[in-house]
Amino acid sequence: MRLYALAVYLFLYIPIGVIALFSFNAGRHAAQFSGFSLQWYGKTLANPFVVGAFKTSFTVAISSALLATLFGTLAAVALQGVRGRLRLLYDALVYVALMVPGIVIGIATLIALVTVFDTLNPFLATLTGPDNPFQLGLGKGSLIAAHGLFTMALVIIIVRARLQGMDRSLLEASADLGAPPMRSFLQITLPQIAPAVMAGFLLAFTFSFDDFIIAFFVAGSETTLPIYVFSSIRRGVTPEINVIGTLVMAASLISLITAQVIMRRRSH
Amino acid sequence: MVNQTTAELRNVTKRFGAITAAQGLNLAIFPGEFLSFLGPSGCGKTTALRMLAGFEQASEGDILIDGEVVNGVPPYQRPVNMVFQQYALFPHMDVARNVAYGLNQRRPRLARADIDAKVAQALDMVRLSGFAGRRIWEMSGGQQQRVALARAIVNEPKILLLDEPMAALDKKLRHDMQIELKSLQRELGITFVLVTHDQEEALSMSDRVCIMHRGRIAQIGTPEELYDQPQSRYVADFIGRSNFLPARALGHDGGQLLAEGPGGLRFVARAGGRAAGDGAVTLSLRPEEVRVAREDAAGEGHEMRVTHRIFLGEHVEYHLRSAALDHLVAVVPRSEDIAGGMPGVGAAVRVAWRDGAALALAED
Repeated sequence: MRLYALAVYLFLYIPIGVIALFSFNAGRHAAQFSGFSLQWYGKTLANPFVVGAFKTSFTVAISSALLATLFGTLAAVALQGVRGRLRLLYDALVYVALMVPGIVIGIATLIALVTVFDTLNPFLATLTGPDNPFQLGLGKGSLIAAHGLFTMALVIIIVRARLQGMDRSLLEASADLGAPPMRSFLQITLPQIAPAVMAGFLLAFTFSFDDFIIAFFVAGSETTLPIYVFSSIRRGVTPEINVIGTLVMAASLISLITAQVIMRRRSH
Repeated sequence: MVNQTTAELRNVTKRFGAITAAQGLNLAIFPGEFLSFLGPSGCGKTTALRMLAGFEQASEGDILIDGEVVNGVPPYQRPVNMVFQQYALFPHMDVARNVAYGLNQRRPRLARADIDAKVAQALDMVRLSGFAGRRIWEMSGGQQQRVALARAIVNEPKILLLDEPMAALDKKLRHDMQIELKSLQRELGITFVLVTHDQEEALSMSDRVCIMHRGRIAQIGTPEELYDQPQSRYVADFIGRSNFLPARALGHDGGQLLAEGPGGLRFVARAGGRAAGDGAVTLSLRPEEVRVAREDAAGEGHEMRVTHRIFLGEHVEYHLRSAALDHLVAVVPRSEDIAGGMPGVGAAVRVAWRDGAALALAED
């Protein structure tokens, strides 16, 4: 039994370990380790395409995570007031959003966006004039929208769990002491759920930063880091790919661990 | 007319769906009084308190605070404050900020210095002067309760509502806290309304006790009135202990009622509550009213046998049985028990009670 477990873990982590190891490779062949060096890190970070892709990924991840956190938190708070069958329906929809395969979300979002753009663009063209008309198209905006919608479900679930664990009598005490509902929310609820909101933000960021499938469909002409890796891998695995993989993995791990630490901190 | 009451419930009913939690409550609460709602869980006492606080709105009837109808007024606009069962202290604030919370909600805002002074005074009143900067989780249960108390009284409410405030404290601490709470109430002169299921707590602190039973008020009165003149078997059973004997009323003699109990035993009983008429009544006889003497002692009485003798320190409890009376409990003070020769289990004794010791109640 132990042997099986060991085999499973080795199977899972050896390839990842190899990528991290080979990112420090001195040689130019990805499959042959010929000494320790940081030269590929330097070369990768000097590559304008990599830096551009990184900037796009980072902008999209930060924006979509901020939107998802804002709307997800508001949704979670509002859902507290919903009871009965309607609540069940909302809960089901939130979980379904997480379970639907990325490829389905990608295609669905693409079709939805293209349909909307095709409907709106002629109208926008008449509004903004025939010369250089304002047109909607795929790009950072659609990436942010697609990621934001998906990660909002994550935030809702995390914040909801925290809200449900919160002592209801705290809000009653706040009202009893003279605070109207909005002030109670800002002074009591928000500080209580702050760790969950922060963790939700980090998870949303990580998800968006790593995502390839949804991004591939809706990115238009934009290149995010995962899309860059995917397209360069067709020219063979270079040490540069290993470097990007290692950096993305490190960034994701750090934000996931931070999210965990924030969530597990004593609840006060 | 000068307003006499701090709060009033007028024919208040509260329904939660198909469940009626409180029905037809009529009650006046007077300035500076300490009133307790007493009853088992589910009797409607907490609902009554929450309606005063504004967390629940009455389905029918009017609630008045300080002479004004407050139906539909939300909790944050009512001049009352509550001490919650689990204290509900804000965990992300220190003690001083918890206590200042209510003052900080005032509009227009109070001056910083005024708030600080009031907070310090409130903390001093609950003997927590050195604890202003402490975090809530660093405090013991008793200290947390005093913070909750300070957080409420600092707002100088018209009524302080207390929802089972002692439930989470151990027995010794609870007793100290009862005394402290009572003296605090005298000092402040604020009306206190307490909800509890603990009769000792209600009796020891309250000016008046309102006993609740299945959503209705069973009886309101001073602790002495409730103990001496219960209006129903429920109240007689809930406040203190009692032997209940089925009997038949034979006739009246002034305020007294002549009744025939089991085995033809004659009782001269006080007529309590609705037990005015003839026919079937229930006699309530407090265990301490039953006198127990050894069989060979002088005097008269009903002959019984001791089935259990329980030593309780300051008094001794006897469980007795005879052909006529299946089970009778008597409580004898320790000194009398020694003087009377301490009859043991199986001993034959003579029991007696003075005229008027038993109370005749209508059958529930």
